[in-house]
Amino acid sequence: MRHLLTTESLDRATIEGLLDEADGFADVLVRPIPKVPALRGKTVAMMFFEPSTRTRLSFEKAAKSLSADTMTFSPSTSSLSKGESLKDTVLTVRAMGVDLMVVRHKATGAPWRIADWLDIPVVNGGDGAHQHPTQALLDCLTIRQRFDSLEGLNIAIVGDIRNSRVARSNIFAMTTLGANVMLVGPPTLLPIDPENWPVTVHHHIDEVLDRADVVYLLRVQTERGGGSGFPSASEYTQRFGMTAERFRRLKDEAIVMHPGPMNRGVEIGNDVADNERALILQQVSNGVASRMAVLFRLLEGQHDI
Amino acid sequence: MRQVMTAEDLGRVTRRIAHEIVERNHGTSQIVVVGIPTRGRPFADRIAAALSDIEGSTVIAGSLDIGMYRDDLDTRPRTRIGPTTLPEAIDGKTVVIVDDVLFTGRTIRAALDALADLGRPGAVQLAVVIDRGHRQLPIRADFVGKNIPTAVTDRVSVRFLETDDEEGVWIASDESE
Repeated sequence: MRHLLTTESLDRATIEGLLDEADGFADVLVRPIPKVPALRGKTVAMMFFEPSTRTRLSFEKAAKSLSADTMTFSPSTSSLSKGESLKDTVLTVRAMGVDLMVVRHKATGAPWRIADWLDIPVVNGGDGAHQHPTQALLDCLTIRQRFDSLEGLNIAIVGDIRNSRVARSNIFAMTTLGANVMLVGPPTLLPIDPENWPVTVHHHIDEVLDRADVVYLLRVQTERGGGSGFPSASEYTQRFGMTAERFRRLKDEAIVMHPGPMNRGVEIGNDVADNERALILQQVSNGVASRMAVLFRLLEGQHDI
Repeated sequence: MRQVMTAEDLGRVTRRIAHEIVERNHGTSQIVVVGIPTRGRPFADRIAAALSDIEGSTVIAGSLDIGMYRDDLDTRPRTRIGPTTLPEAIDGKTVVIVDDVLFTGRTIRAALDALADLGRPGAVQLAVVIDRGHRQLPIRADFVGKNIPTAVTDRVSVRFLETDDEEGVWIASDESE
């Protein structure tokens, strides 16, 4: 594999290898000079056809910590607004001398199309409601740092699963690493065919509180139409919110995660978000280390991931 | 495959180099020993143990991963990042880099760059089991176990019980294979 497009096709050894490397790069990030020259002379282009701040910044920091140069494409200021096709746009940027593209696009499958057109590695930085593989890697890394392994862990993913590329990527990565994944959400926000996935389905967060080792809260995504999936924010909180009261009912060692940005007071209680067992900022730090592992593996040498 | 050093030879070389390090640096109080994985690590551990014996104060060896600093990452088979651990801060200290074989000098060039990103040592010295010549960079070792003339195509193999199932130094010439 030359690209990182989805977690669905990754085997356990590949994921664990990437997580091992990410652990190594996490050590680099806390050094006095948090940078290595490994990708000196390489250029990474951030092709963000859909707006993003945190993922783009995280990839940029990852590339720069490997001494790669970065270029950022944003659609609002580009020739896309003049009617240039997606293919012409990426071929043009490739021709400038780019060694890897990170692609985010609102259309499912766009990174695959781009990977077909180009002769360089492509990393999916999020395509529609489909996949966001580096998010899954950083989440698995965070869990592994806490529990040493995902084998046998009960992981509840709570919220708007149907519209969530974070959930899709995580379901495959986490189950490949041996975790039991429980999806929790109202029927309107669950996938239409969950029986095809290696998961169990629940319609109330209280059903999983006593079992969960990890409670992964998804953001309620109004921009992807999730807002119509439930009557009101307070009703969502009532059935699916990680309130302080529910947090107390979790196992002592259970952790809470969230991909951000959080809606405090909706899917996560204000005090819960700041608890030391809410690893949200550790997830962010691990994002840089995980993306370093991916960029390094795809750009180093002449071989497959 | 020809054996050029036995396990006993390695032990003697380790003790002699430890004495040379103590002599050169007037003790071990300013010394930080770091080994380059894979086989610089066991050699560094042994030098640290010998230094501790000689001076009576504990010296702990660190590990310096240089993979990310190589100049041939594009052509090598897969390089993985490994752990870098320093027993103490290296600022102002004399860092003794330890490796098994000194050959082209490129590994040591990478190690010097890696060290520079971790602090500013007062001085850096180099200890190796074998110096086999054929330098491609202006680098020399301060402490050498044994100088061995080789052909560029020869392969020198230093083995420790910690990393291999036998101990000693062997040379394989291309034509003998």
